[in-house]
Amino acid sequence: MRQQVWLIARRSVVRTFRQPGTWIPPLTFPLMLMAVNSNGLRAATHLPGFPTNSFLAFFLPFSFLQGALFASGIAGVDLARDIDTGFLNRLALTPVRGSALLIGQIGGAVGLGALQACVYLGVGLAFGVHIDTGVAGAFLILLLAVLIATGWGTLGLWLALRTGSGEGVQSQFPLLFFATFISSMNLPRNLIEVTWFRDVATINPVSYMIEGLRSLVISGWDAQALLLGFGFTVALIAVSLTLAGRQLKVRMART
Amino acid sequence: MSRSDQGIEAIGLRRQFKDIEAVAGIDLRVLPGEIYGFLGPNGAGKSTTVHMLTTLLPPSGGRATVAGFDVAKQGAQVRASIGAALQEAALDPFLTGAEHLRLQASLHGIRGDERKRLIAQLLDRVGLANAGTRKVRTYSGGMKRRLDLALALIHDPSILFLDEPTTGLDPQSRTALWDEVGRLAREEGVTVFLTTQYLEEADVLADRVGIIDHGRIVAEGTPAQLKAQIGKPTVEVVPESPDELERLRGLLRRFGAETAARPGAFAVQLEGHGALPEVVRALDSENLRAAQINLHEPSLDDVFLAKTGRTLEGAEEE
Repeated sequence: MRQQVWLIARRSVVRTFRQPGTWIPPLTFPLMLMAVNSNGLRAATHLPGFPTNSFLAFFLPFSFLQGALFASGIAGVDLARDIDTGFLNRLALTPVRGSALLIGQIGGAVGLGALQACVYLGVGLAFGVHIDTGVAGAFLILLLAVLIATGWGTLGLWLALRTGSGEGVQSQFPLLFFATFISSMNLPRNLIEVTWFRDVATINPVSYMIEGLRSLVISGWDAQALLLGFGFTVALIAVSLTLAGRQLKVRMART
Repeated sequence: MSRSDQGIEAIGLRRQFKDIEAVAGIDLRVLPGEIYGFLGPNGAGKSTTVHMLTTLLPPSGGRATVAGFDVAKQGAQVRASIGAALQEAALDPFLTGAEHLRLQASLHGIRGDERKRLIAQLLDRVGLANAGTRKVRTYSGGMKRRLDLALALIHDPSILFLDEPTTGLDPQSRTALWDEVGRLAREEGVTVFLTTQYLEEADVLADRVGIIDHGRIVAEGTPAQLKAQIGKPTVEVVPESPDELERLRGLLRRFGAETAARPGAFAVQLEGHGALPEVVRALDSENLRAAQINLHEPSLDDVFLAKTGRTLEGAEEE
């Protein structure tokens, strides 16, 4: 099983990184948004109660989430292409286990997620972001970022297995993007004045993922934020894996 | 009986997709080491049958065994015994040929030196030894099909399923693939289940042919048996002088029913294979000089026409 996961994951990583057109834009777009927002929204740091005087430090965690979302799109589209071309059938004719296929298939998203996390963190540090939790915190940021990429990546796989087409996967992504924007990405929840927006951001799990990452950057060790951040991320992975596993049985109906 | 001593057997195999019955209860038996050509137009049920026999699709009814294993209940054992190159070479354009083989071999549990040896041997056998390190997106259609065949053979299966393996290939690539498939069956005793929409392919390669139409097998036998059963040879004569066409018509009608001929020629379906010398003698005795005499042997298309009421080409357009 471990060997099968490794084989599928390696193929996923290799094919992802051999298509620069699919991973360079997802890598650079969040950096551009980070640059624009950290300058354009810098005045927000003067709001009473704003937790830091560096908007870049505040916004940095959102880049991890956005990058993960892009990576999940790649994972979904790649799997949809495998379904479309019959490559999934080729794999289905080997002794590969469905679970190995699923876990291995998100290898590309996880690999890209890890690369993105390292780049975003490096850029943040280069531009003066101070990680309040130190080196250990930085490692935890990378871990959470990779887990988030895994969760979103698995969701992308589910969409691919459900729709069976790259277009089908891509058409769902605006909805996921919308979910990330109605969150505490630009402001802490307690400073959002529009009630409905604050309420939606409060029930949106994306807020807690961002806040988990953010706590490590700007607030020091915050057990509650970390618990919620990791908790919602693990829950996303569990739900996505369950959905994708069920859909794989339908799609790969071998006897 | 060992696994390799058993071929393919289907009894009343059926597959329903909502209201559509794609395969409507087929019975077939493929002997070990035999090349079985499964012939039919697009949408006849060929690929659905292959998907059921290769365990990719559960049957809605009936029963089938492949290499002695039940396709519905012993899927893993069936898959271990078969190799399959399904319709459209399912390859990853961003991996090299050797990487495909490495992945496939590893998933079948082949490791180390044995894997290296097999990859080199198969790339060589299918003529891709110099292209193994190239990404598949740079391959031609023929190269992709050959790699597809190598992938199907990596775990040394006793039964090979080839679903329209030469569709879209140029004549040279097609012939090369036919040679390799023929060699596998003759020299290595591999049982081959080959679906095709090309009559010539079935005629050249298959020991026996099953013709499927609307999900049912409408004819089965060796190509020669099928042609002898249904088709009759046609003789077409072009008179030296166009003025003799009417006299030629009267003479040839004695040997069989009139059939389509080129302008300036007359053709009849002969009642038997030995009738041609009689036609020549009759032309001679009537002093009717022929510019050309053409004998057309019956084809599988004639068989298809007789069994379904359509030509294979016509069925494609439906």
